[in-house]
Amino acid sequence: MPDNPGPALQFTGSAKIAGTRIFDKLNLPIAAGKWTCLLGPSGVGKTTILRLLAGLGDHIEHDGRISADDHQMIAGRISLMAQTDNLMPWLDVHDNIVIGSRLRGDEIQSAKAEVLIEQVGLTPHRHKKPNALSGGQRQRVALARTLMEGRPIVLLDEPFSALDSKIRAEMQELAARLFAGKTVCLITHDPGEAARLGDVIFVMNMNGLQSVEPPSSPVIRDYDAPDVLLCQGQLLRLLRDVP
Amino acid sequence: MIRALRIAGVTALILLLWHLLVLATGLPAFILPSPARVATALFSNLELIAHHASVTMAEVMIGLLLGALLGVVTAISLAMSPMARLVVRPMMVLSQALPVFALAPVLTLWLGYGLWPKIIMALLIIYFPVTSAFFDGLMQTPHGMLDLAKVMQARPWLIMRHIRIPAAIPALASGLRLAAVYAPIGAIIGEWVGASQGLGYLMLLANGRAKIDLMFAALIVLAVLTLVLHGSVDRLCRYVVQRQNS
Repeated sequence: MPDNPGPALQFTGSAKIAGTRIFDKLNLPIAAGKWTCLLGPSGVGKTTILRLLAGLGDHIEHDGRISADDHQMIAGRISLMAQTDNLMPWLDVHDNIVIGSRLRGDEIQSAKAEVLIEQVGLTPHRHKKPNALSGGQRQRVALARTLMEGRPIVLLDEPFSALDSKIRAEMQELAARLFAGKTVCLITHDPGEAARLGDVIFVMNMNGLQSVEPPSSPVIRDYDAPDVLLCQGQLLRLLRDVP
Repeated sequence: MIRALRIAGVTALILLLWHLLVLATGLPAFILPSPARVATALFSNLELIAHHASVTMAEVMIGLLLGALLGVVTAISLAMSPMARLVVRPMMVLSQALPVFALAPVLTLWLGYGLWPKIIMALLIIYFPVTSAFFDGLMQTPHGMLDLAKVMQARPWLIMRHIRIPAAIPALASGLRLAAVYAPIGAIIGEWVGASQGLGYLMLLANGRAKIDLMFAALIVLAVLTLVLHGSVDRLCRYVVQRQNS
């Protein structure tokens, strides 16, 4: 069970970086306690949205608002997992997972960390440093670090895109299980990933957002289920057809 | 083993070229002594040279330690505070426009003929490279790590301690490697300006008494000690950097 159930979020507005328009009048609802997948070509502004949600938009001119349905601040309730694992090469698995507490000067919850290390299947590797781990193992550490924060909102910026197909499928399943109940916003290039994981799916292009009906079966779906394959095909067509 | 052989080979080659140069030019021993004469001078004055070398090395080591410490503290302060960058950085660059060599007589005037002016010279000469290298490292922390820390609502000082400093250790190591070569230069300049002991003093003394072979012997000892110091610092730095990430 999640530490905190996630709120619904609403992102609206337009954004510019150094005077260049990134997107106009966008309205993105992010469903409470579910996976919202944002799919689209590079350069369309997906990461800009994520950075604004994460509070990392100092260099972005955002004209609009970001709100939660419980009317509380979003800052401090978010954790972030990116394509690069951002593990500290000088810390072992355990210490990387508890880095958040260290950086805030909080007490280290080693018992919780140990449970998470076990959940992501890294118990035999807990004293290893990132250089001694494979790409998949490193993303598992990043996943555990994200969970360790216990935040109700999770922002995922193509976290599995650098992994091979087998490991990627495993990571999707692990993430779906461990992030259950949290409000997740996943940015991805992979239609198959969106079709497996999305409770809500949006395709973003130069013209704005387009909502796509997700497969009716619950998350996480089999990659070869007919409705998943159909949705994947539909998403790919949308990505290809729109300029 | 291969490395030791290579060093021995290069040393032998230099000695041979030197010997041939003396033979070919026929220069008198008080201008360019042969390697054999220098070796004789070295071994017959071993105790004298060792005494002066120990003084110089003490100055170098203390200067290196204090300079490195001061450089590290300055770099962290500059990286932490934009205000400090605004005020201190131009002053640091300006201070580099002032040749350290020109300060030696002033330091001797203020601090006398003892160890301190030489230590300060060594310190001054390494302060800038250490500060500069470490500061650059502190300012180049991977963005992803800093983003992560911001989302985690980290405290600035704890980001410095747990991310920026560890990430900048390889840059600090580069600064320290340079410092190990520069520090002896500072100490020797200090000794030339005014000293009663040290290898720089011995070289001046030997030169004044036309004992050129002794001067060369002192010079060679200085070069060897500098190489050993650089080698040791390099090894230590490599060990620390390697151990940090594995």
